Amino acid sequence: MKFSEQWLREWVQPTASTQELVDQLTMAGLEVDGFEAVAGQFTGVVVGQVVSREQHPDADKLSLCQVTDGTETFQIVCGAANVREGLKIPFAKIGAELPGGFKIKKAKLRGVESFGMLCAEAELGMAESSDGLMELPDSAPVGQDIRVYLGLDDAIIDVDLTPNRGDCLSIAGMAREVGVLNQVPVNGPVINAVPPSISQAPEVQVLAPDACPRYLGRIIQGINVNAETPLWMVEKLRRSGIRSIDAVVDITNYVLLELGQPMHAFDLNKVEGGIRVRMAEQGEKLTLLDGQEIELNSDTLMIADHAKPLAIAGIMGGEFSGVSGDTQSLLLEAAFFNRITIAGKARGYGLHTDSSHRFERGVDFELARTAMERATQLIMDICGGQPGPITDVTSEADLPVAATIPLRKSRIEQVLSLTLPEADIEDMLTRLGMVLTSTTEGWSVAAPSYRFDMAIEPDLIEEIARIYGYYRLPVRTPAAATPLAKVPEAKMPIKDLRRQLIARGYQEAITYSFVEPELQKALDPEHDALALMNPISAEMSVMRTNLWAGLVNAASYNLKRQQPRVRMFETGLRFVPTANGLQQTPTLAMLITGTRFTQSWTEGETPVDFYDLKGDLVSLLARGGETEAYQFVAASHPALHPGQSAQVLKYGKAIVGLEPSTRIPKSN
Amino acid sequence: MENLEALTQQALAATESAQDVAALDQVRVQYLGKKGEITSLMKNLGNVAPEDRPKIGAVINVAKDQVQDAINARKLALETAALNAKLASETIDVTLPGRAVQEGSLHPVTRTLERIEAFFSNAGYHVAEGPEVEDDFHNFEALNIPSHHPARAMHDTFYFDATTLLRTHTSPVQVRTMESQEPPIRIICPGRVYRCDYDQTHSPMFHQVEGLLVDKGISFADLKGTIQQFLSVFFEKDLTIRLRPSYFPFTEPSAEIDIEWVIETPEGTKRRWLEVGGCGMVHPEVFRHVNIDPEEYTGFAFGMGVERLAMLRYGVNDLRLFFENDLRFLQQFR
Repeated sequence: MKFSEQWLREWVQPTASTQELVDQLTMAGLEVDGFEAVAGQFTGVVVGQVVSREQHPDADKLSLCQVTDGTETFQIVCGAANVREGLKIPFAKIGAELPGGFKIKKAKLRGVESFGMLCAEAELGMAESSDGLMELPDSAPVGQDIRVYLGLDDAIIDVDLTPNRGDCLSIAGMAREVGVLNQVPVNGPVINAVPPSISQAPEVQVLAPDACPRYLGRIIQGINVNAETPLWMVEKLRRSGIRSIDAVVDITNYVLLELGQPMHAFDLNKVEGGIRVRMAEQGEKLTLLDGQEIELNSDTLMIADHAKPLAIAGIMGGEFSGVSGDTQSLLLEAAFFNRITIAGKARGYGLHTDSSHRFERGVDFELARTAMERATQLIMDICGGQPGPITDVTSEADLPVAATIPLRKSRIEQVLSLTLPEADIEDMLTRLGMVLTSTTEGWSVAAPSYRFDMAIEPDLIEEIARIYGYYRLPVRTPAAATPLAKVPEAKMPIKDLRRQLIARGYQEAITYSFVEPELQKALDPEHDALALMNPISAEMSVMRTNLWAGLVNAASYNLKRQQPRVRMFETGLRFVPTANGLQQTPTLAMLITGTRFTQSWTEGETPVDFYDLKGDLVSLLARGGETEAYQFVAASHPALHPGQSAQVLKYGKAIVGLEPSTRIPKSN
Repeated sequence: MENLEALTQQALAATESAQDVAALDQVRVQYLGKKGEITSLMKNLGNVAPEDRPKIGAVINVAKDQVQDAINARKLALETAALNAKLASETIDVTLPGRAVQEGSLHPVTRTLERIEAFFSNAGYHVAEGPEVEDDFHNFEALNIPSHHPARAMHDTFYFDATTLLRTHTSPVQVRTMESQEPPIRIICPGRVYRCDYDQTHSPMFHQVEGLLVDKGISFADLKGTIQQFLSVFFEKDLTIRLRPSYFPFTEPSAEIDIEWVIETPEGTKRRWLEVGGCGMVHPEVFRHVNIDPEEYTGFAFGMGVERLAMLRYGVNDLRLFFENDLRFLQQFR
């Protein structure tokens, strides 16, 4: 999640620098992936205003402008299409230095002198690309340093939150964390209930209260949907990676970022009857805001009206009922959707939105009303309109219950090997939003509605540990009474077998346990290999029933690279389905091919034969000390040369498998 | 006795000119044998006056000894020469390669696993292994990973059917051990694990080593100490390590393990934090599934990617090299 450091600092003012803040967050479990400046490095750019504009005498696409910085007026040649009289823009004066070391000097463009440059966002390092000049609002103070006006001395911090910290997916949540870590107060904007000025309220029926325990709806009549989103809001959204779309959508996105409550705005005229919150019927269709038509499953929660689906609850709105240029009245939604209902659904439809992301992780179930009031006020301030009363359909029985957890002092000490002053513990937990009551053993801690990850005592202990700082916790070597382990002399560890083979010139290989089905079949037609439902590829789709496929592939790979001889072995499980279930047996396999000896002045290029392998295998078996117990008898195996295969018997019973010949099956 | 003098000289000359031991023996026979010429002189002592016999006998003996000595010396010289000639003809160029079998080597992953197992064995841990085809109880449910957790989805885990899968970590072995053994438990669980991911830094099959210590009075401090010590002995350096708070469903508190990697570049010393694994105190829900009382016992668990450690230790920069089994790569690990 990206957010503006400056915005965060409106809520909380630690003395830490940007780097210190970022390190603090990372070491508190909110890993910062990085931070970047909000704009490029530049100086000498102020708010300018175009006093007059005329066509450049010698160039169709250029304009000749008079631009004021509040004190003086300058002649500027400009190539942008949107330059016009009265427009306020960023004005780079002579002597300014733009990102990349680009210095602004007096210039002549098609024979006309230009004493400065009017800027686009891209030129100030505020966007990848821009269409024309950056247009500033009419209220922009001419002559003010642009960096001051736009608050450009800001950093965008990118934090990678773990799935249990849905409460930090907002400025409010991050500010709370920063307050705890720095032990400073947190003050968000004052949000008052907005008194209704009309009586109209939406009719809301929640047919699936377990999926939607709380639904708030509000009607706002007579808005100006084309009102301009104020620059401060556009900037805050931009710095969180959200593009400005229109004032209403911007406000709902703003409240999502600020407080962590996803909201949705419907065009009231498109809502027939009232709101019905229900599960979808299998196969119901909805065209989403992004234009794609999807077919819904019956496990998906919908926001519908009396006639049709309007939106996938908590995930994405529908195109038809969304706010457009014609919208005159709104139906605003702020709700709490059950995490389990939302989890996984978005991905099932190939969707991932800021809203679904938050509902999956848990949105504060007590937040909806505050968010609704905040959004209402912002809409009235920016778009005008008359709000009605809030319709609140809450099923108390289906709301989550924030946990009350006993916390024992002794347990903290035992788990962390640390005794902390009670006052410190109380301060930490209180700042996190917990409510503490003293008990004989410690405290009874009531978790706040936004902490879905607080359920048991260890959850609280983790909070204490991470706020205190893992790096400050003591370090110990665990002591134990460890009785001697049995080491049966008659059992040969696999380590020894490996070393025996290495001494005889074998290279150990590790190959994939899942192999290509045709090769597997050729090497072991008698067993049906276990097949994966979702293999990563066809070449790795069945489980090996012996270790040959991997070795054959490895040998082939090396022979193709001019290796004159390959001697490899592998140890690992083979997976043989039997009537009694899947047998997963540790297995050792060897493969040799190529010349018998390494290239040498003493030896020729005799190829290996059966007896080389037999010799190596016998040397392995001999490690067990019972050489006379083993017998090699002629046998056949579908993957092996009929005249050069043997089965190894121990005291008359078959063991291991068949000793392979050196023929590589033709299916390669 | 002029004869003796002449014979002696003849004998000595013949000795010197004898070219081999056989010829030398003929000289001996000729002069000192039963019918030898000098021996005969001894026999002819009968023809000499008795009062002269001892004196002449002695002179003859001297001559005999002189010739015998010469013969012995010559024999030694001939034998020595013959030996030297033989040795010289058998001299070889010892700098030529021996008729050795080219030794193979362990796969670097096995090598890394064996090192890790050795470190922990020294501290009293046993190695526990388990099946790779697992059921979702042992791989997820017993580890407190709920049914709607994204890790259980088909895009992360390999499935054979609705409840049979390829284990995504070696944690199931920890569960199985706790199911079958009473605490205290000290185990490491190395082995193959499987995840649906295949790109430059991810392989659908890789190796993990996890550890579990369950006993009375085990604390986070013990975990810190264990991790710190392990990484220092593994890398054979006094590494700076940090534990950073994180989240796993099966531990609480949880942490990610970072090591500080220091590289000297022409521009100066660069330091980066590299993540090598995760750890934490065993979650009570996990204990509940295996009937261990979390009030009586606590424990910690940790897990690290073996290929990751091997890549850092040996400077391998492409994960795929471990599974190509190219001899030119594998043979570098001797």
